[in-house]
Amino acid sequence: MTKGIFINIGERTNVTGSAKFKKLILEGDYETALDVARQQVENGAQIIDVNMDEGMLDSEEAMVTFLNLIAAEPDISRVPIMIDSSKWSVIEAGLRCIQGKGIVNSISLKEGEEKFVEQAKRVFRYGAAVVVMAFDEKGQADTADRKVEICERSYKILTEKVGFPPEDIIFDPNIFAVATGIEEHNNYANDFIEATRRIRENLPHCHVSGGVSNVSFSFRGNNAVREAMHSAFLYHAIQAGMDMGIVNAGQLAIYEDIPEELRDAVEDVILNRRDDATERLLDIAQKYHGDGIQQEVDLSWREAPVNKRLEHALVNGIADFVEEDTEEARQQAERPLHVIEGPLMDGMNVVGDLFGSGKMFLPQVVKSARVMKKAVAYLLPYIEAEKQEGDKNDKAGKVVMAAVKGDVHDIGKNIVGVVLQCNNYEVIDLGVMVPTAKILEVAKAEKADMIGLSGLITPSLDEMCYVAKEMERQGFELPLLIGGATTSRVHTAVKIEPNYHGPVVYVTDASRAVGVAGSLLSPAQRTNYVANIRDEYEKLRKDRMGQKPATPRNPIDTARANKSVIEWTGYQPPRPSFLGLKPFEDYDLAELVDRIDWKPFFQTWELSGRFPDILDDPTVGEAARGLYDDARAMLKRIVDEKLFRARAVVGFWPANQVGDDDIEIYADDDRSEVLTTLHTLRQQMGRDKSRANRALADFIAPRETGIADYIGGFVVTAGEGVDELAKSYDRQNDDYNSILAKALGDRLAEAFAERMHERVRKEFWGYAADEDLDNEALIAEKYQGIRPAPGYPACPDHTEKRTLFDLLQAEANTGVELTESFAMWPAAAVSGLYFSHPESRYFGVGKIERDQVEDYAARKGWSIEECERWLAPNLNYNPDQLGQDRAA
Amino acid sequence: MTDRKERIEALNRAVAERILVLDGAMGTMIQGYELDEAGYRGKRFADLKQEVRGNNDLLNLSQAKIIGEIYGTYLEAGADIIATNTFNSNEPSQSDYSLEDLVPELNREGARLAREAADAATERDPSRPRWVAGAIGPTNRTASISPDVNNPGFRNTSFEALREAYGVAARGLIEGGVDIILVETIFDTLTAKAALFAVEELFDEMGERLPIMVSCTITDLSGRNLSGQTPEAFWNSIRHVRPFSVGLNCAFGAEQLRPYVAELARVADTNVCAYPNAGLPNEFGEYDEQPETTSGFLHEWAESGLVNILGGCCGTTPAHISAIAEAVKGLPPREIPTLPVRLRLSGLEPFELSA
Repeated sequence: MTKGIFINIGERTNVTGSAKFKKLILEGDYETALDVARQQVENGAQIIDVNMDEGMLDSEEAMVTFLNLIAAEPDISRVPIMIDSSKWSVIEAGLRCIQGKGIVNSISLKEGEEKFVEQAKRVFRYGAAVVVMAFDEKGQADTADRKVEICERSYKILTEKVGFPPEDIIFDPNIFAVATGIEEHNNYANDFIEATRRIRENLPHCHVSGGVSNVSFSFRGNNAVREAMHSAFLYHAIQAGMDMGIVNAGQLAIYEDIPEELRDAVEDVILNRRDDATERLLDIAQKYHGDGIQQEVDLSWREAPVNKRLEHALVNGIADFVEEDTEEARQQAERPLHVIEGPLMDGMNVVGDLFGSGKMFLPQVVKSARVMKKAVAYLLPYIEAEKQEGDKNDKAGKVVMAAVKGDVHDIGKNIVGVVLQCNNYEVIDLGVMVPTAKILEVAKAEKADMIGLSGLITPSLDEMCYVAKEMERQGFELPLLIGGATTSRVHTAVKIEPNYHGPVVYVTDASRAVGVAGSLLSPAQRTNYVANIRDEYEKLRKDRMGQKPATPRNPIDTARANKSVIEWTGYQPPRPSFLGLKPFEDYDLAELVDRIDWKPFFQTWELSGRFPDILDDPTVGEAARGLYDDARAMLKRIVDEKLFRARAVVGFWPANQVGDDDIEIYADDDRSEVLTTLHTLRQQMGRDKSRANRALADFIAPRETGIADYIGGFVVTAGEGVDELAKSYDRQNDDYNSILAKALGDRLAEAFAERMHERVRKEFWGYAADEDLDNEALIAEKYQGIRPAPGYPACPDHTEKRTLFDLLQAEANTGVELTESFAMWPAAAVSGLYFSHPESRYFGVGKIERDQVEDYAARKGWSIEECERWLAPNLNYNPDQLGQDRAA
Repeated sequence: MTDRKERIEALNRAVAERILVLDGAMGTMIQGYELDEAGYRGKRFADLKQEVRGNNDLLNLSQAKIIGEIYGTYLEAGADIIATNTFNSNEPSQSDYSLEDLVPELNREGARLAREAADAATERDPSRPRWVAGAIGPTNRTASISPDVNNPGFRNTSFEALREAYGVAARGLIEGGVDIILVETIFDTLTAKAALFAVEELFDEMGERLPIMVSCTITDLSGRNLSGQTPEAFWNSIRHVRPFSVGLNCAFGAEQLRPYVAELARVADTNVCAYPNAGLPNEFGEYDEQPETTSGFLHEWAESGLVNILGGCCGTTPAHISAIAEAVKGLPPREIPTLPVRLRLSGLEPFELSA
């Protein structure tokens, strides 16, 4: 059947474009991921784009897994597939999985003609069409002339040198955002349209495609304007000859239906028809946005009555006048308590509503809480002074919160605490590394209404089960809330809830905490809510029980036989410039500031987006800018006043692989005295010959080769001083800055790890002395060698940190200690191993079988049960069930 | 003897002038010799530990005379092109007999015997040159279908493994002197793409290209191959190798195959080739469609301008080939259509972007 003139490519199966899809893939939920693909096809996608470019993923593996699964689903695989990756290896892996004729997205002249020709030849040989980006050795094309120049050159090479069929060439001449406020960007859409026209006219049979949503990037959050922009852009681009594209069909207005005023303004912007087009669109954008928050820049709000002033201060997080306003309100009120119950709570309700409806964001809410706390602190002495009999605690509820024993991270928990406080809950925060006994003791003594537990590292999951068991044993009835990066709904349902008869609820993030707490404490809702949650968890458990048995893994011997292929013969590992330890007592913080990766920082505050684009984001940009400014100011103080101390230790040792999966570390170059042995875990997933079952040990030369190889290790921290600074803010009731200080400590530690790794590559180990990468390339890990950390996917066993710390004498050299769950304290610390081999790479061990668990336990000197406990998240079987089976 | 280049030029001239005739079933002919285990082994493999009866390709080495005879019989019956007895001469299939080390030799000898037979026939009547097509079968593995129904993402082979195996087979065929590479009985397109990839690599290495015939197998009456593609989708998937012919063989008799041949004839801008079975198997698994019946169907195809090359697959005999050659004699070959230049893609179904 012949299709229409504009082909819309489905983009929901793209981890870079769909947060939902990314989550599914990261969680390995391929079944639901297939549903996403199926829906796209059912909804009319004629081609589906599959992209697995995500740092946390083995993209090649994810691409192969997903495409192989798609091949078994005729209702999906009936349409052609666009294999989308910036990595050639991922593209090629994908091409080896599709029987149909698909499209490669993309190749370009970016890395020169030779590579371009080579890749184009292979694309052709695999029988695919190709998207060619307007990108060459000089960069990405922005003007129409550059776009056309690069596309013409690409076309000539493809058709004349490679013999590529011109009808199989699809140019992507780069759609960039317009109306960004930067004058040079104003003509971007016009440039694209103009380039499209010339490409289609001059280059016979080729096609033009692009990612349309880019064009309206600066209006994120205002869908009405975005849809109008997409629609107007497409209207003109299609007329010029654009015949394919990635468009979210749900984000597309009907051109004729766009109100004339908006359409004119949008077209002025798209076609760059007037100098003030952006301003004019901004002016009217608000009208189509609904009720946006107007930002006051002046102090006119000071003229309002005191109640309104307090509300304004709360909503806008302005603490400057809060004491004088609170005092004024107190004088007007009958009793000081009424100030809290009246204007302050009214203001916080507004905050709660705005937050609940997505019009305020976490950093702003936390700032509001700071204002509230200051006001309450001011009133407290008056309230105490006139305390009357019978005053009841009219708080919404009392919550005891803690990070469980062995766990040190509390930023997320603190944010949840603040959000609850904003909603009139009394929060008793027991901090980090809190033993179960203490949590339960306080909960009893304080007559708490619920307990909230937080955990960041995997061993905490076990600890939470223990808390639940203890609550059951001690006859508690209180609801138990579970949250934190390592927790999940499934784990809560399957592992925690069965231990305790009271309500157990998993809380996804801070934004949900209030709803959950409210439902649990509302007499009207509680019964139903708890019953629903129970049903849901019961269903999750059943689903899990009824699931097909886990994909059987390869026996460990088979996996070992398929280890990473590294040709050791003739390989001379680089020798580090020194052996032994090198401590850094007080590293210059200023050097680390530029290396900060800001994206995770914003994620901490539940603001998602790329940095620095997020600062200009129409929805969260304001919140992000405020937060960023505050962070920058605090960073300056931290550096100038040396508030934090950065310490590190780096070490290198002679090392060889032994027994396939272990690494022996030697005292010196004699290699006769074994200092210690590192144990690594091996992937056991089903593999064909083309991909290895990896273990970190693969990247170190086996002892029998006689090759003198080396390994490195490190611990870095920026944690000294973080707690002191945070506490100094806590004393001022300033949660916002307290959390900010901790978040910056984390970022500096990560930046330190990055910087140290760079120096290791360039100086201390020195195998990449000529490396020259910018911060973005560093974050994208475009260098030789890796620095995997125990507890992360390549070596999920947290206990290996103990061996590493002993080698590095890390406690003495850096002050960082390990908790009983092997979390590092202070929390702002990073540790790991250094591997230098060019073939060494990050990977995820994934699920392992009992044969490896037995083998690993023997190597570690553990019992099987101990081993299963530490490796619980990686087991490909249910040890409890196995135990039952064995008993039965 | 003329060299390969001249033979290929002659082939191109011939296919433009008339409908060319392929040979018929090899297996059916071998069955007629009623070879037992010792017969399959011949002298050379008398001491093998494992059983090899049923490994028809081994006969290229153990019973060269029989294979030569069969080739000769088909040439006599009127075949212009004979396909080598190398359908299973690939690593995955031969490893069932633990004979994977013989793969290069099986292909070389299978090709050499056919070359000898074809050259002898050409010598007898130089006005009617004959050609050898090196047959490459689908192997016993599948790149895009899981053998485990409970684990649809699993594969028991990979594109890379198949590509390597096919590279070895094709090299043997070319060394043995074939004129054409015939990738046939394709029930999984990805497997075929691996074979074509290997063949193209080999061409690059040799600095010489042979014509490629590509033949797909429809396995069910909904008109798709086993991996689910329609004929047009299949054509879009393999068109990049610019094959000498594309077509269909096996699984169906001519009657059932016709609509799909017609579909390819409409969409393929190259020669169309078809060699159906002698009808559908009867309840004993035997093919009993008579030569005149088969040739009757094919005569109609030729008259309707659907085909450029015709032959027979399972159950067809020299008598069928002779009848087919007779039935299409003098009929013009299908005219190759000029199609508008368009982006054509495929999943299981074809996709076309109109200009």
